[in-house]
Amino acid sequence: MIDFELSPEQQKGIKAAHEAAKELFRPVSRYYDEHEHESPQELIDNIWKRRSEGLFDLGMDATAALRIEELCWGDAGLFLCIPGPALGGAAVFSSGTREQMERFLGGFNEGAPKWGAMAMTEPGCGSDTAAISATAVRDGDEWVLNGEKIFVTMGKRALEDSDGFVVVWATVDKSAGRAGMKSFVVPAGTPGMRVEKLEKKLGIKASDTVTIIFDNCRIPFENILGSPEVRKTETKGFRGAMATFDATRPIIAAQALGVGRAALDFIKETLENEGIKIHYGTPRQKLTALERDIIEMEANYKAAKLLTLRALWMMSQLQPNSLESSMAKAKAGLAVTKITQKAVEIMGPLGYSRKYLLEKWMRDAKINDIFEGTGQINMLITARRTLNYSRDQLK
Amino acid sequence: MISFSPTEEQQMIVTMVKQFASDEMRKIYRECDENGEIPDSVIDTAWKMGLISSSIPEDYGGSGGEHSAITGSLIGEELAWGDLSMTMHILCPALFAYPVLEMGSETQRKKYLPLVCDEKYKAATAALIEPRFGFDPYSLSTVAQLDGNEYVLNGEKCYVPLAAEADLLLVYARENGSSQGFIIEKGTKGLDVGEREKNMGIKALATYELSLKNCRVPKENRLGGQKGCDFDRIINCSRVALSAMATGVAKAAFEYSRDYAKERVAFGEPIASRQAIAFMLAEMAIEIDATRLMTWEAAWKLDRKEEATKEASLVKAYADDMVIMVTDRAVQILGGHGYVREHPVELWLRNGRGFVTFDGMAIV
Repeated sequence: MIDFELSPEQQKGIKAAHEAAKELFRPVSRYYDEHEHESPQELIDNIWKRRSEGLFDLGMDATAALRIEELCWGDAGLFLCIPGPALGGAAVFSSGTREQMERFLGGFNEGAPKWGAMAMTEPGCGSDTAAISATAVRDGDEWVLNGEKIFVTMGKRALEDSDGFVVVWATVDKSAGRAGMKSFVVPAGTPGMRVEKLEKKLGIKASDTVTIIFDNCRIPFENILGSPEVRKTETKGFRGAMATFDATRPIIAAQALGVGRAALDFIKETLENEGIKIHYGTPRQKLTALERDIIEMEANYKAAKLLTLRALWMMSQLQPNSLESSMAKAKAGLAVTKITQKAVEIMGPLGYSRKYLLEKWMRDAKINDIFEGTGQINMLITARRTLNYSRDQLK
Repeated sequence: MISFSPTEEQQMIVTMVKQFASDEMRKIYRECDENGEIPDSVIDTAWKMGLISSSIPEDYGGSGGEHSAITGSLIGEELAWGDLSMTMHILCPALFAYPVLEMGSETQRKKYLPLVCDEKYKAATAALIEPRFGFDPYSLSTVAQLDGNEYVLNGEKCYVPLAAEADLLLVYARENGSSQGFIIEKGTKGLDVGEREKNMGIKALATYELSLKNCRVPKENRLGGQKGCDFDRIINCSRVALSAMATGVAKAAFEYSRDYAKERVAFGEPIASRQAIAFMLAEMAIEIDATRLMTWEAAWKLDRKEEATKEASLVKAYADDMVIMVTDRAVQILGGHGYVREHPVELWLRNGRGFVTFDGMAIV
């Protein structure tokens, strides 16, 4: 039955996450935007203390997505600082064995806070992930990793500030193309791996984004996710990467939605204080330009949200959701980019001023149309899937 | 629990309607558009599916199924994929029946509902739109005034589907500042059905102007009797129905242009293998899906009898933009071929443009 009713658990989760976002994130949101690279230690300690509440468990289903939206409504950069395996965890989860999940993710709730990260992008390749040039060479019981990874979200926290790990994508056989691409778990403190260059960014400044260098970095053979075999006809490793994306893209979309809704709520609150009403049922030609803009923004937000929930619902039904995940990510990334940019326009001097958070949300929103697959790469995937075209048929 | 899966029964209805749309409607829609006529046989075949009567209780002559806006949306999309003119013709009696079913007095239900549950298709319709700039269903120019035991109606209506053949009309008019419905039977003095209208699209659907000059109806003919009607709900149900149909029209245009783009070769490759075309198609696919999901959500609210004005108007505004974007691009993808009437995309563009205007011409 088609149903949009949230379960009591979901309603509770939303409410609690919203409260936490208001209480923990919003008061320090501006501070950590203006003090890039400063650690929000108190906040992290606070979250860590409250971890048993389940509020900050990320997960990859609709229930988690609804919570994540609320947390990102609070602050998208601080959201990324929440301890946990994050995207690295998603990769282990979608292509690791049970033993690997236990080994790499098992200790995440104990001891000191830890983070996970995922390293895919390189200086010479972004969306074209099959062109990865980092290498993994087998040497007895070990893999030897070499290469440079950039734009690793929370890489510093995972590897320098905590006892976390990073999932690295590297090729075991360049001549094999996609089939040679594999992912490896590299724990913090592994010799031969170092974090370099802390990026200075447009937004989500509370989160760190780093370069990681692998220089004859040796890891145990068992740290490979998925099969080490390379068969030219089989592109399992690459498919592992893509399966990870099927799960993570709707989650990024949910993060985007939070930022978009923060902007929408801010406008609506301001209008309400000014005594300005939005006349929803009124025919178009009678609406003010402002009403039209807001209706368009709200509709786009809703469109993105429903596409996101559908992609996650399909995953929970064990249906292939590659197309729907890409649709949700493409739509949400672009929708919130436009919503927040329009919001700054509408709010005029209030929008542009750093006295309020709106301008920050506009800067934060933009990343959602870039990381975990740009809007364009997601459009390309959507196009290929709708046309039933291979990569060679639609480049 | 969030779910995007229609019930088994709904899936069966969708399969049946889809079959009808592709076997019957798609075979003749061009001819119908050119001739401005729909063969009775098609309407009769459609009527046998019982799409309207199935949601009317047995007491009133129906088969007693559930009346659901979600089911109505699913049906609307599939039918409109086949052809919009025929869809509006087939579902026209609902314009009269559903408001009476949901809001009519017991007397009205008993008297009128059996008439739309007949074995043979019988037209019944509703008149909402008015021929003037700045039309707003919430401030109608047509007025109804109580005079003793009768209402006196005065005003002009347009885009009234099947007005000439309809035995029953539900005319919306302003009464004491609010919009109310009035049941008018064919041949009532003062009710004048004008010439058939000539429209840019939905050319196979017969629509008319209507003029009401001191048209008198018994007091009991006000929809809902003394209580009146929930006009917001009628408009919301209409907007949801139209959004579903816009999704269907857009889907037809999307599929056709997608298939064409895979066939059409330029510079040695199908044009679909170029991002300029492929990205257009990707965006069309995304927006169609988004509109469908928003339609479902608004319909879901309607089925739960919750306030749905915001959801219904958001999705309608979204659908209006979406369907014109998609149908226009379909024409664009076919290029010159899209502009000639050998291909259907120009028809879908003409029909698609109408949705902003069609307030009140369909209902779930």
